This record gives sequence, C-alpha cells and structure tokens, in this order.
Amino acid sequence: MDTTKEKHAGPVVRKPVVAGSVGAPHSAVPQTQQPSTEPSPEAQQPPRKSSLTDPIVSCRRLCLYYGTAQALFDIDLDFPRGEVTALIGPSGCGKSTLLRCLNRMNDLIDGVRTTGNLLLDGEDILQPNIDVITLRRRVGMVFQKATPFPKSIYENVAYGLRIAGIRKRSVLDAAVERSLRRAALWDEVKDRLHESALGLSGGQHQRLCIARAIAIDPEIILMDEPCSALDPRSTTRIEDLIAELRGQYTIIIVTHNMQQAARVSDWAAFLYEGKLIEFGPTTKIFTAPDNKQTEDYITGRFG
Amino acid sequence: MVSSKAPTPETSARSGRAMQFWRRGEPFVWASGGALTMALSLAVAMLLVVVFNGALVFWPWPLMEVHLDDGRRLLAIEVDRQSDPHTNQQRIKYKVANKEFGPDFLWVDAERVTEVSYPPDAFVLERMAFLNYHGYLKQFVTPTLDVALEGSPVEQLASAIAAAQRRMKTEIEPILSAQGILERRLKQQVEAQMLKVKYQRRKLIAAGATPEQEDVVLLNQRLQQLEAERKELLAQSDRLSAERQRLESDIRSNVAVFVDSAGREKSMSLVDIVRGYCPNSMTIGAKLRFYVVKVWELIWTDPRESNQDGGLFPAIFGTVLMVMLMAIACFPLGVLAGIFLGEYAREGVVVRTVRIAVANLAGIPSIVYGIFGLGFFVYVVGGSLDRWLYPERVTADIQQPVFGQGCILWASLTLGLLTIPVVIVATEEAIRTIPQSIREGSYALGATKFQTLCRVLLPMSSPGIMTGFILAMARAAGEVAPLMITGMLKSAPVPVSTQFPFIHLERKFMHLGYHILDISCKSPNVEANQPMIYATTLLLLVIVLSLCSTAIYLRNRMRKRYQLRAI
Repeated sequence: MDTTKEKHAGPVVRKPVVAGSVGAPHSAVPQTQQPSTEPSPEAQQPPRKSSLTDPIVSCRRLCLYYGTAQALFDIDLDFPRGEVTALIGPSGCGKSTLLRCLNRMNDLIDGVRTTGNLLLDGEDILQPNIDVITLRRRVGMVFQKATPFPKSIYENVAYGLRIAGIRKRSVLDAAVERSLRRAALWDEVKDRLHESALGLSGGQHQRLCIARAIAIDPEIILMDEPCSALDPRSTTRIEDLIAELRGQYTIIIVTHNMQQAARVSDWAAFLYEGKLIEFGPTTKIFTAPDNKQTEDYITGRFG
Repeated sequence: MVSSKAPTPETSARSGRAMQFWRRGEPFVWASGGALTMALSLAVAMLLVVVFNGALVFWPWPLMEVHLDDGRRLLAIEVDRQSDPHTNQQRIKYKVANKEFGPDFLWVDAERVTEVSYPPDAFVLERMAFLNYHGYLKQFVTPTLDVALEGSPVEQLASAIAAAQRRMKTEIEPILSAQGILERRLKQQVEAQMLKVKYQRRKLIAAGATPEQEDVVLLNQRLQQLEAERKELLAQSDRLSAERQRLESDIRSNVAVFVDSAGREKSMSLVDIVRGYCPNSMTIGAKLRFYVVKVWELIWTDPRESNQDGGLFPAIFGTVLMVMLMAIACFPLGVLAGIFLGEYAREGVVVRTVRIAVANLAGIPSIVYGIFGLGFFVYVVGGSLDRWLYPERVTADIQQPVFGQGCILWASLTLGLLTIPVVIVATEEAIRTIPQSIREGSYALGATKFQTLCRVLLPMSSPGIMTGFILAMARAAGEVAPLMITGMLKSAPVPVSTQFPFIHLERKFMHLGYHILDISCKSPNVEANQPMIYATTLLLLVIVLSLCSTAIYLRNRMRKRYQLRAI
C-alpha cells in the first residue's frame, strides 16, 4: 500500500481523524458512530492513491428503510480506493443492502427510503438528481447468481458498451478481448465468442459477468457473494481474479465465507443487525478484533 | 392396522394391501391416464374421420352398371352400405348423378341387385351445372368447331372440350374484359362522378341557391354530360353483350351427345363440360394424376354451382388474408399492452383488476364481438369514414356505403379484438416470468429500463409471445360467427385485383369456415355436398395447422436461442 504520495495536490477535504493516521495504514482505526464532517461537494480528486485517507466511497450516517422497517442504522464507513473491502456478517445483517446502495440498485425495490449521505468521490449519490445510469457505469456489480443474458459471449461482454451507444466494431472487439482477458476467460472462450453464453459452465458464467462488468471500465466493482453458488475450483479462480483486479478497481465484496474474506480482502467491515460493528484492515479484524461480537462471529461462535 | 378388532394375520395383510393401494393413489393414476387417453382418442378420431374422408373425396371410384330385378339399370357409384339391424337386410346407397332426371342418390336393397358390371366406356362428366353426369358417349355434333377427333373417346372428348374452351378464350374473353373495363369506367368514374355532382347540387340548393344560379346550372350541365356518357357506356356494353351472346350460342351449338343407363339422350354443350373421364378404364397412374389435378383445382379455382362444386380459392385466400390482417392489427397492440402490464404498470388494485378483466375478455362469446364489430367498426367507424370520404354515397336517398358495410377490414379488426386478450396475457406472462436478476444484471451495467426491455426482456420473452400469437391465430382462423355479420359472403371474388390499391379492404370475402356451414346446412342438396364438406374441413384444418406450425417453428427457434437453461 502506497501512502507516501498522500495529499500532494488539490483542496482535498477529508475526515480529519482518518487523515491523521497517514503513514500507518494498518493502524487506521476507522470510526464507528463518528460525527460526520461534510466534505465540500466540489472537492477535486487527486490521482489514485490507496489508503483510508483517500476513500472512494464514504457513507455518512446512512440509514435505509424498507417501508417502515429499518435495515441500516447510521452506517459510517469509508471504502478505500483501489483495494478490496469485504463486508461480512450474518445473513440479514444488511451487507447486501449496503452494497446495493452504492449503485442505487435499491431504487428498483418499492418503498425503499434512505437518509444520510453516500459520497462517491465527494458527490452525494443518494440525491434524487443523480443520474443512476452514469452512476451504474462507474459502479459495476456482480451478483450472487450469474445472470448471463441469452446472447452470445461477445454480445454479453459488449452489452454495456452497446447500450452506451458504442457501435464501432474495432472498439467493441478490443474491449471484449481486454475484458475477457482480464476476467481470465479469454483462453477458454476465444474460439466461440459468438456462441451462446448460456452454454458456459457456472464458474465461467460468473467470470463472464465480471468481464461484462469491467468492460465498461467502472471505478468500483461490487460483488454480492460472487462465489456462493460455485464449486471450490471456480471459487479459486474468481478469488485469483479478484487479486488481479485489485489496484485497477476498487472492489467491495459481500461474502459469507470467512476464509474467502480473509484471503481476498485488504479491509473488512463487520455488520450486525444493520449496524456497522467494526471496520479495519482484514488482518486485524481476523486476528485481533476490537469488538467482542466481531470476534465471536469470526470464530464461529454465533451467526 | 386399519381394523380396531384384533385382526387375523390374513385379514390384516389384505386390508394393508388395500390401504396401500389407495394410499399410493393407484386409482387416481388410472383415472388421470384414462382421461388423457379418452381426450386424445376423441381428438384423433375426429382427425382421422376428417382426413380419411377428406382425402378420399377426389379419388375416381369405379362406375358400376347395376341391373335391378325390375329391369332397371343404374350407372352409379356405390357410396354407402348399411344393414338393417332388425331384418339384417343390406341396402346400398348409389350415387347415380344426372340430377336433371331425378334424385342423384338412391338407396337400393342389396337383394334387388341382379348383376353388376364395370363398363369401361362409362363416362363421369363434371359439368358447370347440375353437378356430375354418368353416361355413355354417343356422338359429337360440332358444326362450328374445328377439331380433329381421334383417339379414345376420353381423348376425343378432352380435345373437343379444349377446342371449345380455346374458342371461348379467343373470342369471348376479350369481349368480357372489354365489358369489365366499361363496367369499371361506368361504376368508378361516371356514376361516382354523378353522385358527387348531384350531392354538390343538393348542397348548393340546400344552402339557398336558386336553380337558375350559375354554379347550379353548371352542375346541371355536367350532370347531363355524365348522363350522356353513362348512356353511351351502357349502349356500348349492350352491344358487346349482344355480340357475346351471338358468339356464345354459336360455340354452344357444339355439343356432345350422351346416353344414360336408361337410354335417355342428353346433348351437352362442350363448354358446359369441365371434364369427362372413364374411371373403369383408368390405370392407377392415371387415377393418381387425376387425383392431383383435382386437388390442384380445389385449391386454385373458383367455386361453381353455389359452392357445391369446383374450387375454394377465394375462400382459402379470404381466410388467410383475414388472419394476416388480424395479426397485423392485433399483435402490435396486444404486445405493447402486455409489455405495459408486465413491465411498467405498478402492481396494485387497478392493475390486478385490469388483468382479470383482460383474462375475462378472452372468454366472451365470439358473437358478442361480432355484434360489437358491426356496431362499432361498421356503423360508427365505417359510417364516419364514409361521411368524411364519400359524403355523396350516404345521403338520405342514396345508400351506397363504401366502408359503412361489412368488409374484410372490419371483419379482421373484429377478430383482432377477439384475440387481443390472448396476446396481452401471453406477453405479460412471458415478461413477468423473466427472473428479476436478469433485469438487475442489465440495470447494473447502466442500461435504462427501455434498453433492458428492448435488448434483453423482449428477446427472452419472444417464445412466450409467440405462443400467444399461435393461440390467437388458431382461434381467429377457426372463428366464423363474428364474421357472418361483419363482412363475410357466401360467394365473393378475392378482394385483390390489379387495380390500385390492389388489396381492397372494403370488399367482402369468403371464408372456409362459413363455406363448410353453407354447403353442409344451407344447401338444398347436402348429400351431394358431403365430399366437399370433408374436403373443405380438411383444407381448413390444414391451413390452421400450417399457420400454427409456422409459428411454432419460429417459436422453437427463438426458444433455442433465448431460453435460459437452469444454471
């Protein structure tokens, strides 16, 4: 993790507490229930850096309600740029809900209401005037159940580009190949790009969905239990893939698999009953959590 | 143990078996299997009856000369044989044809038949009038026909008929087409103009113009011109008619003289004979050829003798054209409505009510749609169109509506209305059954709702939508009741011509379904029509099945492409 170039340019307004921990990334103890300081909306982003001092997404007192039932309670959380953050917690704790806030997927569900702020590069993406189409281009998503479209492999990967209005064959070809290579699928499918994507295996489906997501070059990739329906071998491939994508993309992954979280993530956030219990470097969360609940969950004593 | 009394081992075993028998649902399995078998065998039996009888209609059955015990002789085809259940006596139904001399079907007790022979020179004639004739060729009288009569009697007859037809073609047809042109000019130009001028004059007078006013006088002059033109055209047409009659009677004087089994002579104009053949001397190859020719004729020629004979081309064409028009009218509308219901409408009381209402619409008796079509399409829409486009045709004293009458357009729209619920329901179901995860996958890539719909949902739901089309088409092709009051005729030419706009939607049309009804129930000679009924039914089945199987083929291709497999 490179934090040496911290704060070299631009009027970056960051949370003072976090900014104070520059240089010791793994000691950065993230806040829980910390009073939020609003960053100025016109904040200019410095080039990519990795540490909590430069979060790509920040939740500020984020609450979410399904109708009258509250699902998220005052989440304050910074997702570090270019790294892998794992959201862990028992079922129903709000991990997926939180994840789906990040690209406003919850909009599709009737009666969902949010309060608080969710800042993507300083811009509050929960505002109604935010263009969700643009947002979703910046924040890609891979689902628990791979959902390849009933089209050819090529068309699946090119889908995001096509709906963005790109028609040039050469651009599409290049993007498809690049994405498939990055998703480690190219060698398996390069001879049958124009066959139906439905003929691939389950693991290939999921990698195809990852290729599809990265074809439009998002800044963040959300992964909602991407391996829960896959066999161990496919899971390994996806995990390797996550490791490779690390650095190029910010990855936020929801997982029930503690080993997986420990293997793939740099940071981990433990949620319980809609509240953020603890957030910190994965090594710390898994070896010396501050919170008793976290420890119990990780060691399998509940959840 | 079922019994509360202490059972012996034997009875307990038996009752245990009985219990198991019921518990396993053995009777239920049998009942369900039986029900399926029953339904299938009924359907198959119906199909077999139709196919068997329909397929055998055009086979040239042997013509037998039957000697009866009273010395009578019949030249007939055996069509049926029954035995009296009480006396066990057999009786035979013969088709003796020759309708002009009496009934064309006869029941004869089998014991009265003394001798049966198959004379090789016995002719069956298909005629333009009076249906078939059975008899022996006696001679030709061809005073005004240049034809070399050689070969067998059948060949002679064929060449004589061909020569007569040739003369008809070269001499009569030009006159007919000239008359057709005159008629069109008369109807479409002169008379239509006269109606318009009269209408203008009436309007002027109603607006307070005096008969001496300049425009009125002008109109009157124009009217006189047109009247003169009309008279001229009529006179021309009459001259042509006279000429045609002269020529026709000349051609008609060429006759073939036949003798029937009772020795009665009958001379028939060659042009009145469609074809003659001797079934008893035909080889199998010739019979097959004959069969193919007959089927061809059925499909591609016009009917004769008020639908009892001849072909079915206008009916086939009308049926197919109507189904196509129906499809064009109802499918886009139904699919769009289904998309809205399935994808855009927010679930709630209103949507649920609409859904129930749409489903119930499909159950309304078709005649109700017919009445609605008559009231709405014909009178309201058609009437308004007429008042707008042809005001001169629908005044108080002149009623020559163009669109304000039953026609193929209104019939198709009525059927479209009838089938639209099926399409809506199918589309909605198809869209709603697509898993939400597919939509989310698309939205997550930055697609809008519309893009998702066009690029993912519609292709994926296309097999389901096609199923709706198939059901709709099958229903529309077989529906007759609403058509009877919205534009179907017993007999009408095809609503297509070489004149602009080529497809005349304001014309009436024929329909196979009504054709069946017509010849089976509304004809004075149902017995003779029986083969035709079977043939028509078979044809209707074939058309519906081929329309549907085309759609099913398309659907299966789509299904292969778009259906999600279990992952």
